Amino acid sequence: MKFMLLSDIKQGHKARIVRVGGSGALRRRIFEMGIIKGTEVYIEKYAPLKDPLELIVKGYHLSLRVEEAAQITVEPI
Amino acid sequence: MNSRKLIIALAGNPNSGKTTIFNNLTGAHQKVGNWSGVTVEKKEGVITRHGYELTIIDLPGTYSLTPFSIEEIVARNFVLDAHPDVVIDIIDASNLERSLYLATQLREIDCKVLFALNMADMAKSRGVKIHADKLSELLDVPVVFTVGNKNEGMDALLKKAIELAENTRQTPEGRKVHYSPDIETAVADLQNFIHQVLPEKLPYSERWTAVKLIEDDKIVHERILSLSGDHQQALEAQIRLARQYITDRFDDDPEIIMTDERYGFIAGIVKEAVTASARQRVDISRNIDLVLTNRFIGFPIFILFIWGMFQLTFSVGKYPQEWITACVHALSAALEMHLPDSLFKDLLLNGVIAGVGSVIVFLPNILILFFCISLFEDTGYMARTAFLMDKIMHAIGLHGKSFIPMLMGFGCNVPAIMATRTLESEKDRILTILITPFMSCSAKLPIYIVLAGTFFATRAGTVIFIIYLTGVVLSIITGRLLRTTLLKGLDAPFVMELPPYRIPMAKSVMIHMWERSKMFLKKMGNIILIGSIVIWTLSAFPRHIEYSRNYEAEIQNLQSRGALQMPGDAAARRTLEKETAAAMDDIKGQMQAEHVEKSYMGQLGKLLAPVFAPIGIDWRGSVALLSGFVAKEIVVSTLGILYVARGDNKTEALRTALASSDMTPLSAVSMLVFVLLYLPCLATIATIRRELRSWKWTAFSIGYSTSLAWVMAFLVYHGGRFLGF
Ligand SMILES: Nc1nc2c(ncn2[C@@H]2O[C@H](COP(=O)(O)OP(=O)(O)OP(=O)(O)O)[C@@H](O)[C@H]2O)c(=O)[nH]1
Ligand SMILES: [Mg+2]
Repeated sequence: MKFMLLSDIKQGHKARIVRVGGSGALRRRIFEMGIIKGTEVYIEKYAPLKDPLELIVKGYHLSLRVEEAAQITVEPI
Repeated sequence: MNSRKLIIALAGNPNSGKTTIFNNLTGAHQKVGNWSGVTVEKKEGVITRHGYELTIIDLPGTYSLTPFSIEEIVARNFVLDAHPDVVIDIIDASNLERSLYLATQLREIDCKVLFALNMADMAKSRGVKIHADKLSELLDVPVVFTVGNKNEGMDALLKKAIELAENTRQTPEGRKVHYSPDIETAVADLQNFIHQVLPEKLPYSERWTAVKLIEDDKIVHERILSLSGDHQQALEAQIRLARQYITDRFDDDPEIIMTDERYGFIAGIVKEAVTASARQRVDISRNIDLVLTNRFIGFPIFILFIWGMFQLTFSVGKYPQEWITACVHALSAALEMHLPDSLFKDLLLNGVIAGVGSVIVFLPNILILFFCISLFEDTGYMARTAFLMDKIMHAIGLHGKSFIPMLMGFGCNVPAIMATRTLESEKDRILTILITPFMSCSAKLPIYIVLAGTFFATRAGTVIFIIYLTGVVLSIITGRLLRTTLLKGLDAPFVMELPPYRIPMAKSVMIHMWERSKMFLKKMGNIILIGSIVIWTLSAFPRHIEYSRNYEAEIQNLQSRGALQMPGDAAARRTLEKETAAAMDDIKGQMQAEHVEKSYMGQLGKLLAPVFAPIGIDWRGSVALLSGFVAKEIVVSTLGILYVARGDNKTEALRTALASSDMTPLSAVSMLVFVLLYLPCLATIATIRRELRSWKWTAFSIGYSTSLAWVMAFLVYHGGRFLGF
């Protein structure tokens, strides 16, 4: 099984969350938004300037910066 | 009848339709928009229904009871500390799983909760079927389906809420989240400890307090510690112990583990209470986004929209503007004809009509601008602009979400500055508040149209565009500058929900336009009217002035000469009559000009002149700019009164008056630049002060913008002169 960073997943691909890194309030908010271990996310697109990116998670659309996505470890599916 | 009073709070995730439902219930017209963070302060409405006096509270949206930004704190504090009789959790049914996170948190506190499964239409069209009975049974919560924008389910909602409030059953027995045994042990231990050491008067239930302390909720932590007196240290130690206990077992922070377990609990509920049809439907919203945030055409389209907004405002707005101008002219001509000459007539024509009339004609333009902004807000495009712009904003040290207040600033700075509450970082917020006034608001629009229209005729559009652009560029430079000096700090994260596109509700757009018109007309009726009267009075008094020439004699001279030399030939007579009339107008005009110049207004203007002379603005412009401090529209009113008063022809438009004055195109540009940048209006300053809670920053904002305005105008004026304009 190969782990990757969420920020390395290409547009239009799916991944499952393995670990959310980082610390403090942001990490907690990311969890509260439903990005938790085992959740499937779909990379909908990257913004025209390649940052931020748009995910579909638990049926809704969420945008995160690449920098923040780089703290999330995922398993591509 | 003495009706019983109940307080009902509407809580829920951002953009779930709380304000829509609030408006339905109370008949209010609070702002609704399709992005997260439209409502930033709590709003109240009182209604009587079914023999009850119900106070309905609309709260800002929040994702969790552990707040992240200040508008979320408002919601949390109200739910926790104001003890509403019932909390209605407005849930976006098409986004159930995420919404249930807040819902389970609400179930954990001891308050009566009712679920409104709003956007039931959306859920249905997505093929999501929610079994309300099952959900209600699983969480032991009454559940009502609603469709906010179609006003469906409101009655049932109120009935259920009253029923729930009257239900005297003690703490509901329902299924609350059960954490894994290790966590439950830690919670129970801490709960016991709290029970022993803390006085009876805990603000919240013991279990919930223990859970929040373990989750390291800062607000609860401080509150409980301050209550714990001598036991403070023991309590701290106990909390640390409990947190350590969990961290050791799960290898992560307790708050993370507990969030995880809540979602686990929610997954179980969703599995039982929701069936999703397998058939994938075409998601129109996603298709729209394929175009609007497209890698190649996303930005061009964005620029096109902004360009279109201003294009509509100026070019389409021109027609109704001309109609109103015609009405104003007709009115003043009629008054001129029918009223006998008196001071009152002078006040009416040269004060009120010249002042209010010169501004009121811009109502259509302003409405169109607000209409366009409200389209951005209601369709869901607003959130996309933040998405598109985040990278650029980030590069200048700002946040993508800062772009939303900035865009709103084109309409009015007051709501724009309040919208900054959704920014998580305090520094981002201060910074955004400081630069938003450079986004030229709709009240400045009349000034631009008048000045640019007069001096640049066909190229007025370009000039105005450059002015707006200058504002944006200077706000960026200011942002960059402050970010690297006074407001250094870490970047705030960009975690933002992108709502599905929605068709704006015609009714809500109409209401918004109506409210805007009312606000504008009200402003005309008080501030601008009073301002115009004050300015007219200052320019009409003192009545008796030492003239430098004997105008009266000159006029008489002219009259008698005309009578004496009247030639017999009809054609020659007509020319002579015309010449005499023109000469008369000229003398009267000069007389009036000298009168104004020597009036109180003129004296004030002369006092200001040294400040404004270096930027090419005469004393009239100076007082106009000074009056603009109250409200920007008054600048045009003042110009109207001061310039139009020079001509004898009362219906003469401000433009012709300006064009024949000694103002040059270059000094007009200098004035445009100054107006764009100088201190914001009174209402905006009050808002800045309230939002920043600091006189220091407010003074900074005023000082900075005004000095920048002067310096820029100076550079433009002298640069222009140097280049030979
Ligand atoms: N399809 C659909 N749209 C709805 C419904 N209720 C509200 N809306 C739309 O949802 C959007 C958000 O509505 P608001 O009432 O502003 O939401 P809010 O919860 O007050 O949002 P915040 O103040 O930002 O927390 C608006 O565009 C509404 O028109 C509904 O039942 N169905
Ligand atoms: Mg709202």
